[in-house]
Amino acid sequence: MTVVDVVQVSAAWAPLGAALLLVMAAAAAALDGAVAARAEGRPWQQGLGTPWAETARLLRQRRRTTVAADRLLWRIAVAGLLVTALLKVLVIPLGGWTLADLSVGLVWFNAMDVVVWALVWLAGWGPNSAHSLVGGYRFLGQALSYELPLMFALTAPAVAAASLRPADIVAAQSELWFVVWMPVAFGVFVAAVLGFSFWGPLGTPAGTDIAGGVLAETSGIDRWLVLAGRWALLTAGAAFGVTLFLGGGAGPLLPGWLWVLAKTGLLLAALVLLRRRVPALRPDRIAATAWLVVLPLVLLQVLVVSVVVLGRG
Amino acid sequence: MTGDIVFWVLAALAVAAGVAVFSVNSMARATYALAISFVAVGLTLLLFDLQFLGVITVLMMVMEMAIMAIYMIMFMGMNPALMPMSMKHGKGAAMTIAVGTFLVLAAGALFVPWPARRGTPAPDLTVALGEAIMESKMLVMMTVSPVLFATIVAALVLAAPSGRYDRLGDDLRRRSAPARQPEGADR
Repeated sequence: MTVVDVVQVSAAWAPLGAALLLVMAAAAAALDGAVAARAEGRPWQQGLGTPWAETARLLRQRRRTTVAADRLLWRIAVAGLLVTALLKVLVIPLGGWTLADLSVGLVWFNAMDVVVWALVWLAGWGPNSAHSLVGGYRFLGQALSYELPLMFALTAPAVAAASLRPADIVAAQSELWFVVWMPVAFGVFVAAVLGFSFWGPLGTPAGTDIAGGVLAETSGIDRWLVLAGRWALLTAGAAFGVTLFLGGGAGPLLPGWLWVLAKTGLLLAALVLLRRRVPALRPDRIAATAWLVVLPLVLLQVLVVSVVVLGRG
Repeated sequence: MTGDIVFWVLAALAVAAGVAVFSVNSMARATYALAISFVAVGLTLLLFDLQFLGVITVLMMVMEMAIMAIYMIMFMGMNPALMPMSMKHGKGAAMTIAVGTFLVLAAGALFVPWPARRGTPAPDLTVALGEAIMESKMLVMMTVSPVLFATIVAALVLAAPSGRYDRLGDDLRRRSAPARQPEGADR
């Protein structure tokens, strides 16, 4: 299979990248709505419109205010999640094009998912509300569990490709996708995507048991931005998973960019469907498992990859 | 030209955010003002083509500040950290040290003759950095990291109210006691 050389396109294409991200995020939300409708015994078609109905409802809603809220930090946090997701997709090669051909794109992605730490905690801090703050703390507690395994899971493809540049990592998979010989790293990465999107089984920072947590006091456009940011983070994570482990744009017949979108869509759909099959995981309970079981496993994975790379010469 | 503009904007941002750390009245604002200051410094490193160091500085500093906010609030006792409060303590001594340090560093920057460059930068600075850490500086790294880690753990053990007091009650002279709440992976 020929390796496509990745070129950096002009910044004028950035809005298209953002639009693609939002369309995929909306599709994921629609799928989730359909699954929810089916679970409630309604026809699934009724649920497809959920994201649009929710958008229309939230755009008309008045903004709720709380006493002594830290408005500046709250607004930064609310708007920041979507921006962070956009900054993440900058470095993802879409077939032969990328918006930013960074030599350290992998580290950039990692830095952006650490920015989510700050933003979610600030979203909890901002409204000066106990439930929100508990949500913010829950997120950081859970972040301490997923971040270290995630960093080592990101190390595995980088070691195998001998590069931190996403385009090189895609090129290194031209013969064999990394998911085949790095299943542990892939699994940890996917779990971490759920973690930094605080969604699904790792969604307790916005859990219903604490009245919505970081979402508790948000309303109107603020709430829309947080929810959209969450879906966009999930989408960006899936797209990066395709880049790192699922061969990027590699595939027969179709052009590379279409393969990236198709694989991202499939991974995203799998994550959405997974949500209702897995119970919510409490941050304090996953900490021990993450540090005592998952971290050694993913370190072993990196060791195996390193030995294979050395063996190949 | 673009590099100059970016440098000055980032430098001004770093200093302004640094000033904000001491002039705001909330722990959260002070912490994240400091984070912005560090991020501006990290992005400045990109101007030297040090991509890895620049991005990793942003990563580490944001992570550190997110955790630091929690520790500051946790160890503040009685939790005034959730209320507006002044970020300045021991003003006289702090000002003396800060101005003194600034003068020494600025004098150094202005009066010490700058050395001419010897050698040339490596073609791939990330690789060069990795080799330096894993080869010639390996011993330093292997010494520094356990010491740092031990310091953090020791400080936490001493400071965390949910640590030894939770375990031992008021009688800290006892050598050991079972945990009051189950711990570890088998909860």
